[in-house]
Amino acid sequence: MSSARPEYGEEELLASVMADLIGDVRLVAVGAASPIPATAALLARERGGGRPRVSLLQSRKHNFFTDGGVELFDCAGQGRVDVFFLSGAQIDGEANINLVCIGDPSRPTVRFPGSFGSAYLYYVVPKVILFRTEHSRRTLVPKVDFISAPGTSPDNVYRPGGPVALVTGRCLFSFERRKRRFRLESIHPGHTLAEIEEHTGFAFDRADEVAVTPAPSAETLRIMREVVAPEVAEIYPHFAAKAFRIGAAA
Amino acid sequence: MTVIAERLEDALARISDGCMLAAPNESAGVSMEATRALIRRGIRRLHLVALPTSTLQADLLIGAGAIATLETSAVSLGEIGLAPRFTAAVKSGAIVMKDATCAALYAALQAAEKGIPFMPLRGLIGSDLARYRPEWRVIDNPYGHDDPIVLLPAIKPDVALFHAPMADRAGNVWIGRERDLAILAHAAKATVVTVERLHEANLLDDPVLAAGTLPGVYVDAVAVAPRGAWPLGLPDHYTADMAHLADYARLAATAEGFARYLGEHVDVKRAA
Repeated sequence: MSSARPEYGEEELLASVMADLIGDVRLVAVGAASPIPATAALLARERGGGRPRVSLLQSRKHNFFTDGGVELFDCAGQGRVDVFFLSGAQIDGEANINLVCIGDPSRPTVRFPGSFGSAYLYYVVPKVILFRTEHSRRTLVPKVDFISAPGTSPDNVYRPGGPVALVTGRCLFSFERRKRRFRLESIHPGHTLAEIEEHTGFAFDRADEVAVTPAPSAETLRIMREVVAPEVAEIYPHFAAKAFRIGAAA
Repeated sequence: MTVIAERLEDALARISDGCMLAAPNESAGVSMEATRALIRRGIRRLHLVALPTSTLQADLLIGAGAIATLETSAVSLGEIGLAPRFTAAVKSGAIVMKDATCAALYAALQAAEKGIPFMPLRGLIGSDLARYRPEWRVIDNPYGHDDPIVLLPAIKPDVALFHAPMADRAGNVWIGRERDLAILAHAAKATVVTVERLHEANLLDDPVLAAGTLPGVYVDAVAVAPRGAWPLGLPDHYTADMAHLADYARLAATAEGFARYLGEHVDVKRAA
């Protein structure tokens, strides 16, 4: 392979960013179709010597629930789940997410799989980390076509949870619930502010000088590649082959 | 008494056209063998409740014209991608799609388990899911103050259908930790189960097995169907046949390809 290969891949950078966002918490859950969040959660657990506990809902080995699919939701309703990850076919500037369709829902022009757990977990999990690798005006829109789950709620609606950040392939945004706006926190190495402005469909806040997203440390990369990658391969073989060259004949 | 059916088709007799059929997702145990048998029989107008999501089962039933209404939180083929017949049917308006979120389906089925008319649930307020569900009502929490909360009417399926590792001759079914299967059986008026094999002793006689056993009182019919979840997996027993599912996705991208898939894998009964 060429010596021009960067020292880490995009997936490794994003997982490292998400692991830092998880912070010091008790319980992280990861839902369907979330290979980078799964990597981040296992990385956080490994770095924390077993804390937080991690439940990967699609895994046999890394899912400790024994009372069926409902247990996650009951746990989350009680406030026992600290961090969850959600994505959106569309995400708008107020952190509303759309996992359902484009156009009239009874005759949509584009149909996505559906809302999964979002219309409940987005309200009750304190730290919801949004992720969408594709950072474009197609995915980051001024207003979603369908609100699977709203980013914020009126003051009288029970809402201990909600979005804290949005991680994309180009940058990291934080979300300020009171202002109902994203704030650009850092730009991933190799990307520019002009490029992010060009490819984001909503307005956002930022500092005058926006930081560069820190690269994963050598130790983080080592843990991710040696310990976490084989675990992730159990659930996401295609992803692990691409991101970590596991099982690939590289 | 639970019927231990010699023929799968006999066990499925109580699943009739137009009924509300409830099924789990592939991480709990989907009876694909029964699904194919129902399609061969030409079942129509099902209201399928998939707890909380579905993959191949919903897509296959939709493509075969068996579904009038689908109530679930998501349908896709997982890492393989979108579910093609589901996507086409929703876009053309061929099925009524009742979009839900996982916790709402569990709560509405739990109301049926308890024999009560509805269940309150947090979340949902301000979601467009609720906008298209006039039956989901918002009330003010009678024990609080200015605290709106959603009420979900109970979902009472006519029949629950799933696949499990084993059953005994008394109709007790071992479901292990797949408690979604118990929710479905408790909530439904009747339950039909396919199993990998029959267990010769009574499952309730062994305290370790009994803890993971759904008692036969809920179970109307059992049929043995080895590898009955194929091409989906059965947890702890076999994994999904990813090559087959990728072939399915390719074929089902068109109505013609889907018809060819039915001809090859559904119309003909699989050798056990």
